[in-house]
Amino acid sequence: MTTQERETILRISDLSISFNTFAGRVNAIRGVDLTLHRGETLAIVGESGSGKSVTVKSILGIRSSNERVDHGSIEFSYRDESGQPVTRDLLKMSDKQLQRQIRGKHIALVFQDPMTSLNPTMTIGAQIMEGVRRKKGVSRQAARARSLELLELVGIPDAAARYGHYPHQLSGGMRQRVVIAIALACDPDLLICDEPTTALDVTVQAKILDLIKDIQRKTGLTVIYITHDLGVVARVADTVAVMYAGKLVERGTVQDIFYRPAHPYTWGLLLSVPDMDDPQAKLYTIPGSPPNLLKPVTGDAFAPRNEYALAIDSQREPPMFQITPEHAAATWLLCPGAPDVPMPAALQRRIEHMLKEVQA
Amino acid sequence: MNAQTERAERAGQPLLEVEGLRQHFRMSRHYTVKAVDDVSFTIHRGEIFGLVGESGSGKSTTGRSIIRLYTPTAGRIRFCGQDVSGRLTAQQTLLLRTRMQMIFQDPIASLNPREKVIDIIAEGIDIHHMYESRAQRRDMVLAMLRKVGLAPEHADRYPHQLSGGQRQRVGIARALIMKPDLIIADEAISALDVSIQAQVVNLLKQIQQETGCAILFIAHDLSMVRYISDTIGVLHLGHLVELGTTQDVFEHAVHPYTRALLSAIPRPNPLLERDRPIESYDCRAAGVDYTKGTLHHLSDTHLLLATDEERDRWTRGA
Amino acid sequence: MDKQELRLTPEEARLTGLSREEYTDSNFAGHSYLHEILITLFSNRATAISLACIAVIVLMAIFAPILSPYSYREVHSEATNLPMRIPGLEKLGIFDGTRAGVDQYERHGVPDEYHYFGTDNLGRDIWTRVWTGTRISLLIALLAVALDVLIGVTYGMIAGFFGGRADLIMQRVIEVLTGIPNLIIMMLLLLVMEPGIPTICLALAITGWVNMSRIVRAQVLRIKGSEYVLASRTLGSPAMRIILRKILPNTMGQIIITFMFSVPNAIFFEAFLAFIGLGVPIPMASLGTLINDGYKSAMLYPYQVLLPAAVLSVLMLSFNLLGDGLRDAIDPQMRSM
Repeated sequence: MTTQERETILRISDLSISFNTFAGRVNAIRGVDLTLHRGETLAIVGESGSGKSVTVKSILGIRSSNERVDHGSIEFSYRDESGQPVTRDLLKMSDKQLQRQIRGKHIALVFQDPMTSLNPTMTIGAQIMEGVRRKKGVSRQAARARSLELLELVGIPDAAARYGHYPHQLSGGMRQRVVIAIALACDPDLLICDEPTTALDVTVQAKILDLIKDIQRKTGLTVIYITHDLGVVARVADTVAVMYAGKLVERGTVQDIFYRPAHPYTWGLLLSVPDMDDPQAKLYTIPGSPPNLLKPVTGDAFAPRNEYALAIDSQREPPMFQITPEHAAATWLLCPGAPDVPMPAALQRRIEHMLKEVQA
Repeated sequence: MNAQTERAERAGQPLLEVEGLRQHFRMSRHYTVKAVDDVSFTIHRGEIFGLVGESGSGKSTTGRSIIRLYTPTAGRIRFCGQDVSGRLTAQQTLLLRTRMQMIFQDPIASLNPREKVIDIIAEGIDIHHMYESRAQRRDMVLAMLRKVGLAPEHADRYPHQLSGGQRQRVGIARALIMKPDLIIADEAISALDVSIQAQVVNLLKQIQQETGCAILFIAHDLSMVRYISDTIGVLHLGHLVELGTTQDVFEHAVHPYTRALLSAIPRPNPLLERDRPIESYDCRAAGVDYTKGTLHHLSDTHLLLATDEERDRWTRGA
Repeated sequence: MDKQELRLTPEEARLTGLSREEYTDSNFAGHSYLHEILITLFSNRATAISLACIAVIVLMAIFAPILSPYSYREVHSEATNLPMRIPGLEKLGIFDGTRAGVDQYERHGVPDEYHYFGTDNLGRDIWTRVWTGTRISLLIALLAVALDVLIGVTYGMIAGFFGGRADLIMQRVIEVLTGIPNLIIMMLLLLVMEPGIPTICLALAITGWVNMSRIVRAQVLRIKGSEYVLASRTLGSPAMRIILRKILPNTMGQIIITFMFSVPNAIFFEAFLAFIGLGVPIPMASLGTLINDGYKSAMLYPYQVLLPAAVLSVLMLSFNLLGDGLRDAIDPQMRSM
């Protein structure tokens, strides 16, 4: 089976994180399991407050002061400076260790807003160079050459002239390219993109996504996207993890999620995007709003908004049910003995239409 | 004039006519931002007009000029048959502040954190003294809450005690209580989550059907605009480059910018989306100068901003 | 988990669908601003302690002079410069009224008197004088800062809200005012006017409001552009309504914080004025005049300067810490949840 052959780069097991707030403890992440293979692109999809950002920030050890990891592990595999493969639990490393050994060097992060992650008082060239020179033994000339190479790699025209520009002299799309160039400066193994295109216009968004895909093809980079835009997911992802209220509710290949979704929440998400091919169809909405995690969740957190909720949903939390080795969903509908609930007819029609379109 | 003839007359004329609207901001002696440059369109009663464009295209500015948060630099705006673009008379101000309402982008920023929901929604009727007693005021607010899908107990909460979608519903109720003829929805859904966006869009559509008000729906998300709008105007760099019915714009787009925008919408169909090429457009590289173009009628409803030569070239390509 | 065990019973597998009730939601219902502010405020230990210190000092300033058997102006020429004597503690051998092994109280023929903080060179009870002085210092500071708030908020509101030329002129006036060293303004004022509490308050307020007006103006400029003010304008709100209903309530937090930082400033300035001889007229006492008096005999009788100085220091420190704590609690940046 191919799963075994591929090299695992990141394995998150049973991760649980909570925040202490005025109002009490918020259990933001409630047992997340995820495995990521080298060279793969994973998209984590969810609404605000679903815990998608908290999950990936914990990979880099970026925590707010009131945040606490309750249990779990994040195992990251990479080659150290001598070329030996190592696997380490990132949660057990101190902030200093992470800073020296992991951040930037092996795992890099691209934020939503390029302006906040660039230093407005430094030229973009100097900022990229700073990243390149984090690797020991790189001379100034070599670093400069590498920086120019990176600027070209991220598709900035006339890189040599842009080298001395300041961030405010660039457009939003160009800035995000610079941020990506900085992220790539140390040849990381894993790139995390936190809503990389939300702050950009649609026409620029596609270009940035294609750019990252292109770099992946060239360098074999592993990428995690955090996004709420299903169109973006469709364009870039190999595997998809859908999060709701701090839990993974469905994971699978991109085709599993879009053509064979199993969780009612995923159904709702797919249906709440207007159908470009059938604009007259009524827009489906998931009723209500996401739960407040200040209150302990009994049973399935999605149950109050779920049209297909079962009696057991209000009592017990559903485990992940494996559908295929790669596709799993946490819904009681998949449990033996559950009533046979097909996906909504509107979604069925839409998927059939999409598949027909592909064939055409 | 009796009410019947008045209504008949009103039915004939458009609700809002914008003619050659310009909104320039002078930043310094040498630099003027032309946020909106010569934009014309009309909105009929009960119509949903989608205004799309990227950030900086002037779409929000257009909305704010129409509702007179800015004073237009040039051009004419006629609303309900009254010219509301120049110095306003008291009666015109009243018309503008009651019959035209706005819904804002950020559901957090658009509600005063120190006021209760009931006071936020009642603001308009407070200012214009549209009730006789406290009880009537409360009834009017509760009716609005019901209409936008909120419960009566929400009336006594503060905005931060609501979720994002609920806050946006409060914003809609605040506009709706004035029984407006035109609602300007300025990016009213872009700050919301996907599943909540759909709720709000459905609500707007339902309100339009129930009350017959017109909506100027300003957004950058074309798929939502297509879903809700009857007519769509495409703005780029302050110019209205293409205007037509939803069908005109989505199925027979002519302007290269519109085509680029349409092709950039990611489709939730992975097998198709993966390697779908995207049209790109750079007006400077393509040598297109919007100030040289004139509006061409491609059909009764479909307008294009172009020079004669450009029109011929683009329509051939389409 | 044992997969074999998992099989739903027909009852468990019953399709219930949505429960409409539940999602009308009480999700965020329980939040309250004041509650959050108070919790943050008291979870900060420094703030809690400083608040307690201020409370104690204020209570002492109110009640100590009333309960004391001595008055702050009563001169006892026979019982001058007595050391501290506190009942209870004297048995432990400290504060027992002795200096260099000699019981000063016996020596001055007042063996039954207890002056907790001793007496000064005119035989006045320092305990009573310190708390009377604290009372007057606090009174002056509060009055001066109240004037600051009144002038500063009005000025800042007008400048910020109406903007344009009015703002331009008003800002120039402030620049001129801050351009003159405020000590000179104060001294001139005190020389021209009759010395007393009102004069000192006025002297402190005459430049003190500038800071407040700047902060208020900045807040108004920020809030004026916010979407809820725009929304109010599209509904036809008159300016007064916007100022009173939208801007003022949202500026309150900043006003309170600035107020908290202005109080210790005013206390300090009052003490400073008193120290250079421009304080409240004799025999009235403020912390500043007490320090000024005690300082003259600081080498011989150090407690005469140390005690009022200690009260002054604790008071100022507490107000500053409280201001810090309030800022943390009110600052919206801290309230992300």
